[in-house]
Amino acid sequence: MRLSLNLSNAFADRLFGFAVRGAALLTLALLSGIIASLVMGAWPAIREYGVGFLTHNAWDPVREDFGGLVMIYGTLATSSIALLIAVPVSFGIALFLTELSPTWLKRPLGTAIELLAAVPSIVYGMWGLMVFGPVLARYVQQPAQSLLGDVPFLGALLSGPPVGIGILSAGIILSIMVIPFIASVMRDVFEVTPPLLKESAYGLGATTWEVVWHVVLPYTKTGVLGGIMLGLGRALGETMAVTFVVGNMNQLGSVSLFEPANTITSALANEFAEAAPGLHQASLIYLGLVLFLITFTVLICSRLLLMRLKRNEGKRV
Amino acid sequence: MNMAEPSPVAPTKIVVRDLNFYYGKFQALKSINLDIPEHCVTAFIGPSGCGKSTLLRTFNRMFELYPEQRAEGSILLDGENLLTSKQDVALIRARIGMVFQKPTPFPMSIFDNIAFGVKLFENLSRIELEERVEWALRKAALWDEVKDKLPLNGTSLSGGQQQRLCIARGIAIKPELLLLDEPCSALDPISTAHIEELIAELKKNYTVIIVTHNMQQAARVSDHTAYMYLGELVEFCETEQMFLKPARRETEDYITGRFG
Amino acid sequence: MRMNHETARTTRFARRKQFNRLAIALSVCAMLFGMFWLAWILWETFSIGVSSLSMAMLTQSTPPPNEAIGTGGLANAIMGSLLMVALATFVGAPIGILTGVYLAEYDPRGKFPGTVRFINDLLLSAPSIIVGLFVYAAIVVRFREFSGWAGAAALALIVIPIVIRTTENMLMLVPAGLREAAYALGAPKWKVITRITLASARAGVLTGILLAVARISGETAPLLFTALNNQFWKASLSGPLANLPVTILQFAMSPYENWQQLAWGGVFLITLAVLGLNALARMLSREKLK
Repeated sequence: MRLSLNLSNAFADRLFGFAVRGAALLTLALLSGIIASLVMGAWPAIREYGVGFLTHNAWDPVREDFGGLVMIYGTLATSSIALLIAVPVSFGIALFLTELSPTWLKRPLGTAIELLAAVPSIVYGMWGLMVFGPVLARYVQQPAQSLLGDVPFLGALLSGPPVGIGILSAGIILSIMVIPFIASVMRDVFEVTPPLLKESAYGLGATTWEVVWHVVLPYTKTGVLGGIMLGLGRALGETMAVTFVVGNMNQLGSVSLFEPANTITSALANEFAEAAPGLHQASLIYLGLVLFLITFTVLICSRLLLMRLKRNEGKRV
Repeated sequence: MNMAEPSPVAPTKIVVRDLNFYYGKFQALKSINLDIPEHCVTAFIGPSGCGKSTLLRTFNRMFELYPEQRAEGSILLDGENLLTSKQDVALIRARIGMVFQKPTPFPMSIFDNIAFGVKLFENLSRIELEERVEWALRKAALWDEVKDKLPLNGTSLSGGQQQRLCIARGIAIKPELLLLDEPCSALDPISTAHIEELIAELKKNYTVIIVTHNMQQAARVSDHTAYMYLGELVEFCETEQMFLKPARRETEDYITGRFG
Repeated sequence: MRMNHETARTTRFARRKQFNRLAIALSVCAMLFGMFWLAWILWETFSIGVSSLSMAMLTQSTPPPNEAIGTGGLANAIMGSLLMVALATFVGAPIGILTGVYLAEYDPRGKFPGTVRFINDLLLSAPSIIVGLFVYAAIVVRFREFSGWAGAAALALIVIPIVIRTTENMLMLVPAGLREAAYALGAPKWKVITRITLASARAGVLTGILLAVARISGETAPLLFTALNNQFWKASLSGPLANLPVTILQFAMSPYENWQQLAWGGVFLITLAVLGLNALARMLSREKLK
């Protein structure tokens, strides 16, 4: 009786071990599947254009001439604008939540910021197109153009149709979307800074700002960088919000921020379902592969950074 | 609670009168009265939770970082009431150095650890700054061990060295008062001996207050000792007197180990 | 000399203090900036959304363009979304839990689990539209049709990494003593895991699943070329399937007023559902802390 129970338990143990290992293997298979299917799907375009695809400025489905420069530029430009806005704002929010906020406000405000992350991206897109775009055009773009349009360089950045659709609007909306990710990571790492460390700095007569800037931030730099990378990954891969407001124009005529443009994700969202099988579809998948590699690189970079910071502890600063 | 007057050999640096302290609704200090003499080492002893660290933390208003904590009464530093002072709390803290239970090196180089506090209030040339850092590290008996690794991160030092680094950081700003909150509790005996020697050296220039739960340490380093229990100051007198013939029964029980 | 020194000290301090005030003011501004967007987005979504809400929206299927405002609804899209989200959750969550168990309970420091963990991080940060591309190549191309099955598969691929991550993290929080105590009684491994460790991490794992459901309820990108869209009511997963996010995209980008109005209604419904699921998850994790 006892023996048979043991046997059945041993059998169940093996079965269970099998199941969990199988599930883990499936994850591995998924990734290789994704990479393989992207490479295979993109193969006609890779064979046709090679690496030159990345710097080729053309997108002509009729004459079957494809290059990814416009979309890659759009993706990098919108994400850069997003980080440029989101990083300082997130730092301010984290500073407020950890050092300044009265205790009773901390929780509701933290929850509200996290809610911003929960709002689906299609809502951002719809709101951006219908509500935010027109406001941006009317109250920011048009005045900026009439005031600064003649300044060299700055004027070039501000040229183009001020209709609230383009690189700038997409960048701003992306920044709103990634703020909660960066801010909550920053808040979490600021919060685990040992109180004694902060007290030591306050004890020397440092102000709140000096404590956070010279002590808390260096102490938590790894986590902060991780949070920024997380936000960057989000911004690069965001599809819907960008598709609504970026304008979906395959052109790269100027450095203007007001000009409608295209990103990798919005090109895929707009064209893929209707693209004819062949070079057009393959080129779109090639773009997808490039995006995947970019997010992959971001993740690897953040990992390497983490490892280096860990190794460097106790060495030169 | 009445208290024994310390014999007035030195001028008084800090006068505490009717000090009450609250963590929310809990009263942690009950009408403390205390005169701390200048250029002496004063030790606060007592069982855990008796309020000795709390009392220390009122002297530089560190408790103000936490909104639920508050103090009532007066703490006069050279006649100026710290609790009601119009002066900014950062300026008060700059006159008072503090060292904590655990070493707290800042995440920066050894040099910058010391220079950080100095640069907050003084505009020194590079050479003056280097001189000041060396001076503070020498005072803390750390110079010989770190003079070749000033650009290294402060966390690369051993625990005892880190704690002396924190002491050097505290004295580099040339405070009038040095608060030590169980500075040796995380250290091995050798590092502890280093720091105790250092304390004896420091009292020539500074008024030192040390919180400790190690009675031998209090006996070794301090000139005056305050025994606290449950938020009250039970007895305050010269250290020798406290350990040889304490005035109160409770103190004697604690010191001889019959309790606590 | 001493006096001079004092004044230098105070002027320096005054400057620092001013800088500190500026920094604090900017920090407050940053907080207000964040709150401002949240308030604005929610306000527009709810005010326009509520006004375009009607009973017909829940009972009728999507109308042709340019009809009178107020005719037609989103019933087919809502049904399609519910079907795909449910299937994705029932397939994705168990796989995610099993993998999470493997990472936390079997050889947590080994090389293979390390690889799996890294890959999971990668999948977690991979753009969701890439998942759509993969499913398109793997399922849509093979069966030569867009289908609800493909849409559900794409959503499941988004659920899996989220559930793996939360399951592993929650299992890691279970005190080792509890595990050891169970093994000390001679319990077999599968029983220790299912009855002791997973059971005590239940609330956390459930929170993770709820958050994953909230996430896929609003996902649009992976459905664009898997489930595509459909104008008609249907309760089966084969063939193109209507769903809320893609319908909203199509209707919002169209020039027809009745479609745009329905899009706002759909956005309102999605926001409500996603925020509701988040609130539920939050309540659950708070319960766990008690």
